[in-house]
Amino acid sequence: MAYSPIVLDHFKSPRNVGEILDADGLGEVGNPVCGDMMSVYIKVEGDRIADIKFKTFGCGAAIAVSSMITELAKGKTLEEAMKIKNSDVAKALGGLPPNKLHCSNLGADALHSAIKNYLDRKSGKVVAKEEGEPHLPEKGEACYCPYCEKKVEEESPFCIFCGKEMPHEHDH
Amino acid sequence: MGFIYLDHQSGTPLHPRVKEAMSRHMETIFGNPMSDHQVGQPAAEALEKARSQVTALINAKPAEVVFTSGGTESNNHAIKGVAIGLREKGRHIITSNIEHKSVLNSLRTLRLLDYRVTSLDVDSYGLVDPGAVEKAITPDTILISIMMANNEIGTIEPIAEIARIAQKHKIIMHTDAVAAVGNIPVDVQELGVNLLSLAANQFYGPPGVGALYVRKGTPVWPLLDGGTQENKRRAGTENLIGIVGLGVAAELAREAIPTRQVRLRALKERLEQGIKARIPEIHINGHLTKNLPHLLSVSVEYIEGESLMLMLDDEDIVVATRSACASGSLRASHVLIGTGMDFATAQGTLVFTLGEENTDADIDRVLQVMPGIVQTLREMSPLYKKSAG
Repeated sequence: MAYSPIVLDHFKSPRNVGEILDADGLGEVGNPVCGDMMSVYIKVEGDRIADIKFKTFGCGAAIAVSSMITELAKGKTLEEAMKIKNSDVAKALGGLPPNKLHCSNLGADALHSAIKNYLDRKSGKVVAKEEGEPHLPEKGEACYCPYCEKKVEEESPFCIFCGKEMPHEHDH
Repeated sequence: MGFIYLDHQSGTPLHPRVKEAMSRHMETIFGNPMSDHQVGQPAAEALEKARSQVTALINAKPAEVVFTSGGTESNNHAIKGVAIGLREKGRHIITSNIEHKSVLNSLRTLRLLDYRVTSLDVDSYGLVDPGAVEKAITPDTILISIMMANNEIGTIEPIAEIARIAQKHKIIMHTDAVAAVGNIPVDVQELGVNLLSLAANQFYGPPGVGALYVRKGTPVWPLLDGGTQENKRRAGTENLIGIVGLGVAAELAREAIPTRQVRLRALKERLEQGIKARIPEIHINGHLTKNLPHLLSVSVEYIEGESLMLMLDDEDIVVATRSACASGSLRASHVLIGTGMDFATAQGTLVFTLGEENTDADIDRVLQVMPGIVQTLREMSPLYKKSAG
Protein backbone atom coordinates (compact mmCIF):
# COMPACT_ATOMS: atom_id res chain seq x y z
CA MET A 1 0.00 0.00 0.00
CA ALA A 2 1.52 3.25 -1.07
CA TYR A 3 -0.66 6.35 -1.17
CA SER A 4 0.51 9.35 -3.19
CA PRO A 5 1.29 12.60 -1.31
CA ILE A 6 -1.89 14.16 -2.76
CA VAL A 7 -4.01 11.27 -1.44
CA LEU A 8 -2.42 11.61 1.99
CA ASP A 9 -3.00 15.37 1.99
CA HIS A 10 -6.69 15.01 1.11
CA PHE A 11 -7.08 12.18 3.62
CA LYS A 12 -5.47 14.11 6.47
CA SER A 13 -7.10 17.47 5.64
CA PRO A 14 -10.25 16.62 3.73
CA ARG A 15 -11.97 19.55 2.00
CA ASN A 16 -15.72 20.22 2.17
CA VAL A 17 -16.62 17.75 4.92
CA GLY A 18 -20.13 18.04 6.28
CA GLU A 19 -23.74 18.36 5.24
CA ILE A 20 -25.84 21.08 3.61
CA LEU A 21 -29.10 21.21 5.53
CA ASP A 22 -31.10 22.85 2.71
CA ALA A 23 -29.31 20.98 -0.08
CA ASP A 24 -30.81 21.04 -3.59
CA GLY A 25 -29.54 17.55 -4.33
CA LEU A 26 -28.35 14.55 -2.33
CA GLY A 27 -26.47 11.53 -3.66
CA GLU A 28 -25.85 8.45 -1.53
CA VAL A 29 -23.83 5.50 -2.80
CA GLY A 30 -22.13 2.40 -1.45
CA ASN A 31 -22.85 0.52 1.72
CA PRO A 32 -20.77 -0.32 4.77
CA VAL A 33 -20.70 -4.00 3.86
CA CYS A 34 -18.25 -3.31 1.06
CA GLY A 35 -16.28 -0.95 3.21
CA ASP A 36 -17.29 2.42 1.85
CA MET A 37 -20.34 4.66 1.86
CA MET A 38 -20.56 8.24 0.64
CA SER A 39 -23.15 11.02 0.78
CA VAL A 40 -22.78 14.16 -1.41
CA TYR A 41 -24.83 17.31 -0.84
CA ILE A 42 -25.03 20.03 -3.52
CA LYS A 43 -26.36 23.57 -3.57
CA VAL A 44 -27.14 24.79 -7.10
CA GLU A 45 -27.25 28.42 -8.26
CA GLY A 46 -28.30 28.93 -11.89
CA ASP A 47 -26.74 25.92 -13.56
CA ARG A 48 -23.66 25.86 -11.36
CA ILE A 49 -22.70 23.89 -8.25
CA ALA A 50 -22.36 26.78 -5.78
CA ASP A 51 -21.59 24.61 -2.78
CA ILE A 52 -20.86 20.94 -2.19
CA LYS A 53 -20.20 18.86 0.92
CA PHE A 54 -19.64 15.19 1.70
CA LYS A 55 -19.73 12.57 4.41
CA THR A 56 -17.88 9.29 3.97
CA PHE A 57 -17.47 5.99 5.79
CA GLY A 58 -14.42 4.37 4.29
CA CYS A 59 -10.70 3.86 4.03
CA GLY A 60 -8.04 6.52 3.44
CA ALA A 61 -8.53 6.34 -0.33
CA ALA A 62 -12.32 6.67 -0.05
CA ILE A 63 -11.99 9.82 2.07
CA ALA A 64 -9.38 11.34 -0.27
CA VAL A 65 -11.58 10.55 -3.29
CA SER A 66 -14.57 12.19 -1.61
CA SER A 67 -12.55 15.30 -0.83
CA MET A 68 -11.13 15.50 -4.36
CA ILE A 69 -14.46 15.06 -6.14
CA THR A 70 -15.94 17.98 -4.18
CA GLU A 71 -12.95 20.13 -5.19
CA LEU A 72 -13.28 19.12 -8.84
CA ALA A 73 -17.04 19.76 -8.93
CA LYS A 74 -17.22 23.05 -7.01
CA GLY A 75 -18.12 25.97 -9.29
CA LYS A 76 -18.63 23.74 -12.33
CA THR A 77 -21.84 23.73 -14.37
CA LEU A 78 -24.03 20.67 -13.90
CA GLU A 79 -23.18 19.56 -17.43
CA GLU A 80 -19.45 19.83 -16.74
CA ALA A 81 -19.80 18.05 -13.42
CA MET A 82 -21.68 15.15 -15.04
CA LYS A 83 -18.67 14.65 -17.28
CA ILE A 84 -16.24 14.10 -14.39
CA LYS A 85 -15.22 10.46 -14.61
CA ASN A 86 -13.87 8.12 -11.95
CA SER A 87 -10.55 8.08 -13.75
CA ASP A 88 -10.37 11.92 -13.52
CA VAL A 89 -10.56 11.67 -9.73
CA ALA A 90 -7.85 9.01 -9.53
CA LYS A 91 -5.69 11.09 -11.88
CA ALA A 92 -6.15 14.29 -9.88
CA LEU A 93 -5.06 12.37 -6.78
CA GLY A 94 -1.78 11.37 -8.42
CA GLY A 95 -3.01 7.80 -8.86
CA LEU A 96 -4.38 5.18 -6.47
CA PRO A 97 -2.97 1.75 -5.55
CA PRO A 98 -4.57 -0.90 -7.84
CA ASN A 99 -6.56 -2.51 -5.05
CA LYS A 100 -8.02 0.90 -4.14
CA LEU A 101 -9.18 1.92 -7.62
CA HIS A 102 -12.70 0.76 -6.78
CA CYS A 103 -12.82 3.53 -4.16
CA SER A 104 -12.57 6.15 -6.91
CA ASN A 105 -15.82 4.83 -8.43
CA LEU A 106 -17.61 5.95 -5.32
CA GLY A 107 -16.78 9.63 -5.80
CA ALA A 108 -18.10 10.24 -9.31
CA ASP A 109 -21.08 7.96 -8.71
CA ALA A 110 -22.11 9.95 -5.63
CA LEU A 111 -21.68 13.29 -7.42
CA HIS A 112 -23.70 12.18 -10.44
CA SER A 113 -26.36 10.75 -8.17
CA ALA A 114 -26.63 14.12 -6.34
CA ILE A 115 -27.02 15.98 -9.66
CA LYS A 116 -29.69 13.54 -10.87
CA ASN A 117 -31.48 13.98 -7.55
CA TYR A 118 -31.44 17.76 -8.06
CA LEU A 119 -32.77 17.46 -11.64
CA ASP A 120 -35.49 15.05 -10.52
CA ARG A 121 -36.58 17.38 -7.74
CA LYS A 122 -36.62 20.33 -10.16
CA SER A 123 -38.75 18.51 -12.70
CA GLY A 124 -41.20 17.74 -9.94
CA LYS A 125 -40.57 13.99 -10.08
CA VAL A 126 -41.36 12.27 -6.83
CA VAL A 127 -38.03 11.00 -5.65
CA ALA A 128 -38.36 7.51 -4.33
CA LYS A 129 -35.90 7.06 -1.54
CA GLU A 130 -33.92 3.90 -2.04
CA GLU A 131 -34.01 2.10 1.26
CA GLY A 132 -33.06 -1.34 -0.05
CA GLU A 133 -31.07 -3.53 2.27
CA PRO A 134 -27.47 -3.80 1.18
CA HIS A 135 -26.59 -7.17 -0.35
CA LEU A 136 -24.91 -9.19 2.35
CA PRO A 137 -22.67 -11.95 1.05
CA GLU A 138 -24.32 -15.07 2.39
CA LYS A 139 -22.38 -17.67 4.26
CA GLY A 140 -21.04 -20.21 1.84
CA GLU A 141 -21.88 -18.04 -1.15
CA ALA A 142 -19.85 -19.50 -3.99
CA CYS A 143 -17.41 -17.84 -6.38
CA TYR A 144 -17.67 -18.57 -10.07
CA CYS A 145 -15.06 -18.18 -12.80
CA PRO A 146 -16.16 -15.24 -14.98
CA TYR A 147 -14.77 -16.99 -18.10
CA CYS A 148 -15.96 -20.59 -17.92
CA GLU A 149 -18.55 -20.06 -15.14
CA LYS A 150 -17.41 -23.10 -13.18
CA LYS A 151 -17.45 -22.96 -9.38
CA VAL A 152 -14.01 -22.02 -8.07
CA GLU A 153 -12.45 -21.64 -4.63
CA GLU A 154 -12.36 -18.18 -3.04
CA GLU A 155 -9.25 -16.09 -3.77
CA SER A 156 -7.99 -18.57 -6.39
CA PRO A 157 -5.02 -17.13 -8.33
CA PHE A 158 -6.35 -18.72 -11.54
CA CYS A 159 -9.26 -20.89 -12.63
CA ILE A 160 -8.21 -24.56 -12.47
CA PHE A 161 -10.74 -25.44 -15.16
CA CYS A 162 -9.95 -22.95 -17.93
CA GLY A 163 -6.58 -21.66 -16.70
CA LYS A 164 -7.54 -17.96 -16.96
CA GLU A 165 -6.19 -15.60 -14.33
CA MET A 166 -8.89 -14.55 -11.89
CA PRO A 167 -9.68 -10.81 -11.76
CA HIS A 168 -9.18 -9.02 -8.44
CA GLU A 169 -12.47 -9.41 -6.65
CA HIS A 170 -14.32 -6.25 -5.73
CA ASP A 171 -17.75 -5.17 -4.83
CA HIS A 172 -18.53 -2.23 -7.08
CA MET B 1 12.28 4.68 18.43
CA GLY B 2 10.32 7.67 17.23
CA PHE B 3 7.10 5.69 17.19
CA ILE B 4 4.99 3.61 19.54
CA TYR B 5 4.83 0.09 18.15
CA LEU B 6 1.65 -1.78 19.04
CA ASP B 7 1.57 -4.30 16.18
CA HIS B 8 3.82 -7.08 17.50
CA GLN B 9 1.62 -9.64 15.81
CA SER B 10 2.88 -8.48 12.42
CA GLY B 11 6.42 -9.06 13.64
CA THR B 12 8.37 -8.34 16.81
CA PRO B 13 11.61 -6.36 16.80
CA LEU B 14 14.72 -8.59 17.10
CA HIS B 15 15.87 -9.06 20.69
CA PRO B 16 19.44 -7.68 21.00
CA ARG B 17 20.71 -11.08 22.15
CA VAL B 18 19.06 -12.77 19.16
CA LYS B 19 20.67 -10.26 16.84
CA GLU B 20 24.03 -10.77 18.51
CA ALA B 21 23.82 -14.58 18.20
CA MET B 22 22.83 -14.35 14.55
CA SER B 23 25.66 -11.93 13.75
CA ARG B 24 28.21 -14.09 15.53
CA HIS B 25 26.98 -17.16 13.65
CA MET B 26 27.15 -15.36 10.31
CA GLU B 27 30.73 -14.28 10.96
CA THR B 28 32.03 -17.66 12.12
CA ILE B 29 30.02 -20.46 10.52
CA PHE B 30 29.13 -20.95 6.89
CA GLY B 31 29.19 -24.75 6.60
CA ASN B 32 26.38 -27.08 5.62
CA PRO B 33 25.11 -29.20 8.53
CA MET B 34 24.89 -32.16 6.13
CA SER B 35 28.69 -32.17 5.57
CA ASP B 36 30.66 -34.55 7.80
CA HIS B 37 33.85 -32.48 7.64
CA GLN B 38 35.38 -29.84 9.87
CA VAL B 39 33.49 -26.98 8.17
CA GLY B 40 30.14 -28.75 8.28
CA GLN B 41 30.27 -29.98 11.87
CA PRO B 42 30.06 -26.60 13.66
CA ALA B 43 26.99 -25.91 11.51
CA ALA B 44 25.43 -29.23 12.53
CA GLU B 45 26.13 -28.42 16.18
CA ALA B 46 24.53 -24.97 15.86
CA LEU B 47 21.47 -26.57 14.24
CA GLU B 48 21.05 -29.11 17.04
CA LYS B 49 21.61 -26.50 19.74
CA ALA B 50 18.78 -24.43 18.28
CA ARG B 51 16.60 -27.52 18.10
CA SER B 52 17.11 -28.27 21.78
CA GLN B 53 16.28 -24.63 22.64
CA VAL B 54 12.95 -24.84 20.76
CA THR B 55 12.32 -28.27 22.25
CA ALA B 56 12.65 -26.84 25.76
CA LEU B 57 10.19 -24.01 25.03
CA ILE B 58 7.34 -26.39 24.14
CA ASN B 59 8.40 -29.46 26.18
CA ALA B 60 9.01 -31.68 23.13
CA LYS B 61 11.79 -34.17 22.29
CA PRO B 62 14.56 -32.98 19.92
CA ALA B 63 13.65 -35.47 17.17
CA GLU B 64 10.14 -34.00 17.15
CA VAL B 65 11.00 -30.45 16.04
CA VAL B 66 11.21 -29.68 12.30
CA PHE B 67 12.46 -26.26 11.24
CA THR B 68 10.43 -24.45 8.57
CA SER B 69 10.22 -21.04 6.91
CA GLY B 70 7.59 -19.88 9.42
CA GLY B 71 3.99 -20.28 10.52
CA THR B 72 2.55 -20.50 7.04
CA GLU B 73 4.85 -23.34 5.99
CA SER B 74 4.30 -25.16 9.29
CA ASN B 75 0.53 -25.05 8.82
CA ASN B 76 0.76 -26.10 5.16
CA HIS B 77 3.13 -28.93 6.10
CA ALA B 78 0.96 -30.25 8.93
CA ILE B 79 -2.30 -30.23 6.98
CA LYS B 80 -1.15 -31.32 3.52
CA GLY B 81 1.40 -33.72 5.04
CA VAL B 82 -1.28 -35.60 7.02
CA ALA B 83 -3.68 -35.52 4.06
CA ILE B 84 -1.08 -37.23 1.87
CA GLY B 85 0.18 -39.49 4.65
CA LEU B 86 -3.30 -40.82 5.42
CA ARG B 87 -4.89 -40.65 1.98
CA GLU B 88 -5.64 -44.38 2.01
CA LYS B 89 -7.33 -44.07 5.38
CA GLY B 90 -9.73 -41.19 4.85
CA ARG B 91 -10.50 -37.87 3.22
CA HIS B 92 -12.31 -35.83 5.85
CA ILE B 93 -10.81 -32.96 7.87
CA ILE B 94 -12.36 -30.85 10.65
CA THR B 95 -11.43 -27.20 11.28
CA SER B 96 -13.04 -23.95 12.48
CA ASN B 97 -14.35 -20.82 10.75
CA ILE B 98 -11.74 -18.54 12.33
CA GLU B 99 -8.44 -20.16 11.32
CA HIS B 100 -5.50 -18.30 9.79
CA LYS B 101 -5.47 -18.07 6.01
CA SER B 102 -2.57 -20.52 5.76
CA VAL B 103 -4.90 -23.14 7.26
CA LEU B 104 -7.98 -22.06 5.30
CA ASN B 105 -6.16 -22.04 1.99
CA SER B 106 -4.29 -25.30 2.62
CA LEU B 107 -7.74 -26.83 3.02
CA ARG B 108 -8.87 -25.04 -0.16
CA THR B 109 -6.14 -26.90 -2.03
CA LEU B 110 -7.17 -30.21 -0.45
CA ARG B 111 -10.79 -29.63 -1.51
CA LEU B 112 -9.53 -29.46 -5.09
CA LEU B 113 -8.03 -32.91 -4.50
CA ASP B 114 -11.41 -34.26 -3.32
CA TYR B 115 -10.90 -34.07 0.42
CA ARG B 116 -13.96 -33.00 2.41
CA VAL B 117 -13.72 -30.26 5.03
CA THR B 118 -16.09 -29.51 7.91
CA SER B 119 -15.57 -25.96 9.17
CA LEU B 120 -17.14 -25.41 12.59
CA ASP B 121 -18.92 -22.28 13.80
CA VAL B 122 -17.60 -20.47 16.86
CA ASP B 123 -19.60 -18.64 19.53
CA SER B 124 -19.62 -14.86 19.95
CA TYR B 125 -16.36 -15.05 21.94
CA GLY B 126 -14.70 -17.03 19.16
CA LEU B 127 -14.71 -20.32 21.08
CA VAL B 128 -14.91 -23.68 19.31
CA ASP B 129 -17.25 -26.15 21.04
CA PRO B 130 -15.43 -29.48 21.67
CA GLY B 131 -18.82 -31.23 21.58
CA ALA B 132 -19.34 -29.93 18.04
CA VAL B 133 -15.93 -31.28 17.07
CA GLU B 134 -16.87 -34.75 18.32
CA LYS B 135 -20.21 -34.61 16.48
CA ALA B 136 -18.46 -33.71 13.22
CA ILE B 137 -16.24 -36.81 13.30
CA THR B 138 -16.98 -39.35 10.56
CA PRO B 139 -15.43 -42.81 9.98
CA ASP B 140 -13.02 -41.30 7.44
CA THR B 141 -11.95 -38.22 9.45
CA ILE B 142 -8.14 -38.11 9.40
CA LEU B 143 -7.30 -34.71 10.89
CA ILE B 144 -8.60 -32.03 13.24
CA SER B 145 -6.92 -28.62 12.92
CA ILE B 146 -7.97 -25.93 15.40
CA MET B 147 -5.84 -22.92 16.32
CA MET B 148 -4.54 -22.54 19.86
CA ALA B 149 -5.09 -18.77 20.07
CA ASN B 150 -6.78 -16.55 17.53
CA ASN B 151 -4.52 -13.90 16.02
CA GLU B 152 -7.29 -11.32 15.52
CA ILE B 153 -9.36 -11.52 18.70
CA GLY B 154 -6.97 -13.33 21.06
CA THR B 155 -9.37 -16.06 22.20
CA ILE B 156 -7.62 -19.19 23.50
CA GLU B 157 -9.30 -22.40 22.35
CA PRO B 158 -9.82 -25.54 24.48
CA ILE B 159 -7.11 -27.46 22.64
CA ALA B 160 -6.34 -30.05 25.34
CA GLU B 161 -10.00 -31.00 25.50
CA ILE B 162 -10.31 -31.26 21.71
CA ALA B 163 -7.07 -33.26 21.53
CA ARG B 164 -8.49 -35.79 24.01
CA ILE B 165 -11.48 -36.26 21.72
CA ALA B 166 -9.16 -36.69 18.74
CA GLN B 167 -7.13 -39.27 20.64
CA LYS B 168 -10.23 -41.20 21.63
CA HIS B 169 -11.20 -41.49 17.96
CA LYS B 170 -7.60 -42.10 16.82
CA ILE B 171 -7.56 -38.93 14.73
CA ILE B 172 -4.48 -36.72 14.23
CA MET B 173 -4.72 -33.33 16.00
CA HIS B 174 -2.92 -30.22 14.71
CA THR B 175 -2.95 -26.81 16.35
CA ASP B 176 -1.76 -23.56 14.79
CA ALA B 177 -0.08 -22.06 17.86
CA VAL B 178 1.70 -19.24 16.04
CA ALA B 179 -0.06 -16.49 18.01
CA ALA B 180 0.43 -18.35 21.30
CA VAL B 181 4.00 -19.69 21.40
CA GLY B 182 6.37 -17.22 23.02
CA ASN B 183 3.48 -15.23 24.53
CA ILE B 184 1.91 -17.82 26.86
CA PRO B 185 3.27 -21.13 28.19
CA VAL B 186 2.75 -23.91 25.61
CA ASP B 187 3.41 -27.54 26.54
CA VAL B 188 2.81 -30.16 23.85
CA GLN B 189 2.54 -32.95 26.46
CA GLU B 190 -0.18 -31.12 28.38
CA LEU B 191 -1.99 -30.24 25.15
CA GLY B 192 -1.74 -33.78 23.79
CA VAL B 193 -1.53 -32.65 20.16
CA ASN B 194 0.28 -34.50 17.38
CA LEU B 195 1.30 -31.40 15.46
CA LEU B 196 1.88 -27.76 16.48
CA SER B 197 3.00 -24.74 14.41
CA LEU B 198 5.12 -21.85 15.72
CA ALA B 199 6.96 -18.82 14.27
CA ALA B 200 10.02 -16.93 15.55
CA ASN B 201 8.79 -13.44 14.65
CA GLN B 202 6.08 -13.67 17.32
CA PHE B 203 8.67 -13.70 20.13
CA TYR B 204 11.55 -11.40 19.16
CA GLY B 205 13.15 -13.79 16.68
CA PRO B 206 13.63 -13.11 12.96
CA PRO B 207 10.88 -13.37 10.30
CA GLY B 208 10.97 -16.26 7.80
CA VAL B 209 11.74 -19.02 10.28
CA GLY B 210 9.55 -21.26 12.41
CA ALA B 211 9.02 -24.85 13.39
CA LEU B 212 6.54 -27.68 13.25
CA TYR B 213 6.29 -29.99 16.24
CA VAL B 214 5.68 -33.54 14.98
CA ARG B 215 4.93 -36.07 17.72
CA LYS B 216 6.83 -39.32 17.15
CA GLY B 217 4.89 -41.66 14.89
CA THR B 218 2.68 -38.98 13.27
CA PRO B 219 2.22 -39.82 9.57
CA VAL B 220 3.22 -36.50 7.98
CA TRP B 221 4.49 -36.66 4.41
CA PRO B 222 7.07 -33.98 3.49
CA LEU B 223 5.81 -30.75 1.93
CA LEU B 224 9.17 -30.00 0.31
CA ASP B 225 10.76 -33.00 -1.38
CA GLY B 226 14.51 -33.43 -1.75
CA GLY B 227 17.34 -34.49 0.56
CA THR B 228 17.22 -36.05 4.00
CA GLN B 229 17.48 -32.87 6.08
CA GLU B 230 15.32 -32.53 9.19
CA ASN B 231 15.02 -36.26 9.70
CA LYS B 232 13.60 -36.66 6.16
CA ARG B 233 10.71 -34.33 7.03
CA ARG B 234 11.79 -31.11 5.31
CA ALA B 235 14.30 -31.10 2.46
CA GLY B 236 16.56 -28.19 1.53
CA THR B 237 19.64 -26.67 3.12
CA GLU B 238 18.60 -25.16 6.43
CA ASN B 239 18.18 -21.40 6.96
CA LEU B 240 20.77 -21.73 9.70
CA ILE B 241 21.17 -18.02 10.51
CA GLY B 242 17.43 -17.75 11.04
CA ILE B 243 17.29 -21.03 12.95
CA VAL B 244 20.05 -19.84 15.33
CA GLY B 245 17.94 -16.71 15.91
CA LEU B 246 14.82 -18.80 16.55
CA GLY B 247 16.75 -20.95 19.06
CA VAL B 248 17.98 -17.99 21.11
CA ALA B 249 14.55 -16.31 20.93
CA ALA B 250 12.97 -19.54 22.22
CA GLU B 251 15.39 -19.70 25.14
CA LEU B 252 14.76 -16.05 26.02
CA ALA B 253 10.98 -16.53 25.72
CA ARG B 254 11.03 -19.52 28.09
CA GLU B 255 12.76 -17.36 30.70
CA ALA B 256 10.68 -14.22 30.08
CA ILE B 257 7.11 -15.54 29.67
CA PRO B 258 6.17 -15.78 33.38
CA THR B 259 6.93 -12.12 34.09
CA ARG B 260 6.24 -10.76 30.61
CA GLN B 261 2.70 -12.10 30.37
CA VAL B 262 1.79 -10.52 33.72
CA ARG B 263 3.30 -7.15 32.79
CA LEU B 264 1.68 -7.08 29.32
CA ARG B 265 -1.71 -8.09 30.69
CA ALA B 266 -1.57 -5.12 33.05
CA LEU B 267 -0.69 -2.81 30.15
CA LYS B 268 -3.51 -4.26 28.07
CA GLU B 269 -5.93 -3.75 30.96
CA ARG B 270 -4.84 -0.10 31.17
CA LEU B 271 -5.48 0.30 27.43
CA GLU B 272 -8.82 -1.51 27.52
CA GLN B 273 -10.19 0.37 30.53
CA GLY B 274 -8.90 3.67 29.16
CA ILE B 275 -10.55 3.19 25.77
CA LYS B 276 -13.81 2.08 27.38
CA ALA B 277 -13.82 5.19 29.59
CA ARG B 278 -12.98 7.64 26.82
CA ILE B 279 -14.71 6.37 23.68
CA PRO B 280 -18.41 5.51 23.60
CA GLU B 281 -19.94 2.88 21.31
CA ILE B 282 -17.07 0.44 21.02
CA HIS B 283 -16.83 -3.35 21.35
CA ILE B 284 -14.00 -5.34 22.90
CA ASN B 285 -13.69 -8.57 20.92
CA GLY B 286 -12.72 -12.06 22.02
CA HIS B 287 -13.20 -14.03 25.22
CA LEU B 288 -13.28 -12.12 28.51
CA THR B 289 -10.82 -14.38 30.36
CA LYS B 290 -9.53 -17.06 27.95
CA ASN B 291 -7.43 -14.67 25.88
CA LEU B 292 -3.88 -13.72 24.95
CA PRO B 293 -2.29 -11.36 27.51
CA HIS B 294 -0.89 -8.96 24.89
CA LEU B 295 -3.71 -8.67 22.33
CA LEU B 296 -6.62 -6.23 22.42
CA SER B 297 -9.15 -6.14 19.57
CA VAL B 298 -11.49 -3.14 19.53
CA SER B 299 -14.31 -2.42 17.08
CA VAL B 300 -15.27 1.23 16.85
CA GLU B 301 -18.79 1.94 15.58
CA TYR B 302 -19.49 4.18 12.55
CA ILE B 303 -15.93 4.39 11.22
CA GLU B 304 -13.64 2.31 9.06
CA GLY B 305 -10.46 0.77 10.44
CA GLU B 306 -7.95 1.75 7.78
CA SER B 307 -8.69 5.48 8.20
CA LEU B 308 -8.28 5.10 11.95
CA MET B 309 -5.03 3.15 11.52
CA LEU B 310 -3.60 5.77 9.12
CA MET B 311 -4.50 8.68 11.40
CA LEU B 312 -2.90 6.94 14.39
CA ASP B 313 0.14 6.21 12.22
CA ASP B 314 0.36 9.92 11.48
CA GLU B 315 0.62 10.44 15.26
CA ASP B 316 3.40 7.78 15.35
CA ILE B 317 1.16 5.16 16.93
CA VAL B 318 1.48 1.94 14.95
CA VAL B 319 -1.42 -0.55 15.11
CA ALA B 320 -3.10 -3.11 12.83
CA THR B 321 -6.60 -3.00 11.41
CA ARG B 322 -8.84 -5.83 10.32
CA SER B 323 -10.91 -3.73 7.93
CA ALA B 324 -11.61 -5.24 4.55
CA CYS B 325 -10.13 -2.28 2.71
CA ALA B 326 -6.74 -2.75 4.34
CA SER B 327 -6.56 -6.51 4.00
CA GLY B 328 -6.79 -6.34 0.21
CA SER B 329 -9.60 -8.86 0.03
CA LEU B 330 -12.33 -6.20 0.26
CA ARG B 331 -14.29 -8.42 2.57
CA ALA B 332 -14.68 -7.96 6.27
CA SER B 333 -12.54 -10.21 8.50
CA HIS B 334 -13.81 -13.81 8.43
CA VAL B 335 -12.91 -14.08 12.12
CA LEU B 336 -15.12 -11.17 13.25
CA ILE B 337 -17.95 -12.24 10.95
CA GLY B 338 -17.48 -15.75 12.36
CA THR B 339 -18.22 -14.42 15.86
CA GLY B 340 -21.49 -12.99 14.57
CA MET B 341 -20.44 -9.35 14.25
CA ASP B 342 -22.20 -7.27 11.58
CA PHE B 343 -20.21 -6.19 8.54
CA ALA B 344 -20.19 -2.45 9.26
CA THR B 345 -18.90 -2.81 12.82
CA ALA B 346 -16.29 -5.37 11.75
CA GLN B 347 -14.91 -2.76 9.32
CA GLY B 348 -13.97 -0.48 12.21
CA THR B 349 -11.68 -2.89 14.02
CA LEU B 350 -8.21 -2.21 15.42
CA VAL B 351 -5.89 -4.90 16.80
CA PHE B 352 -3.36 -3.75 19.39
CA THR B 353 -0.60 -6.28 20.15
CA LEU B 354 1.69 -5.18 22.95
CA GLY B 355 5.32 -6.13 23.42
CA GLU B 356 8.36 -6.09 25.63
CA GLU B 357 9.35 -2.48 24.93
CA ASN B 358 5.92 -0.94 25.58
CA THR B 359 5.34 1.17 28.69
CA ASP B 360 2.51 2.84 30.59
CA ALA B 361 3.48 6.09 28.88
CA ASP B 362 2.89 4.49 25.46
CA ILE B 363 -0.60 3.42 26.48
CA ASP B 364 -1.36 6.86 27.93
CA ARG B 365 -0.31 8.47 24.65
CA VAL B 366 -2.79 6.25 22.75
CA LEU B 367 -5.52 7.18 25.21
CA GLN B 368 -4.69 10.85 24.75
CA VAL B 369 -4.74 10.80 20.94
CA MET B 370 -7.27 8.16 19.94
CA PRO B 371 -10.56 9.72 21.19
CA GLY B 372 -10.01 12.86 19.10
CA ILE B 373 -9.22 10.88 15.96
CA VAL B 374 -12.29 8.69 16.44
CA GLN B 375 -14.45 11.80 16.86
CA THR B 376 -13.00 13.44 13.72
CA LEU B 377 -13.75 10.33 11.66
CA ARG B 378 -17.20 9.94 13.18
CA GLU B 379 -18.05 13.55 12.29
CA MET B 380 -17.10 12.63 8.73
CA SER B 381 -19.21 9.46 8.66
CA PRO B 382 -22.72 9.30 7.19
CA LEU B 383 -23.49 6.38 9.53
CA TYR B 384 -22.80 8.38 12.69
CA LYS B 385 -25.47 11.02 12.07
CA LYS B 386 -28.02 8.47 10.94
CA SER B 387 -27.62 6.51 14.13
CA ALA B 388 -27.67 9.59 16.33
CA GLY B 389 -30.79 10.94 14.61
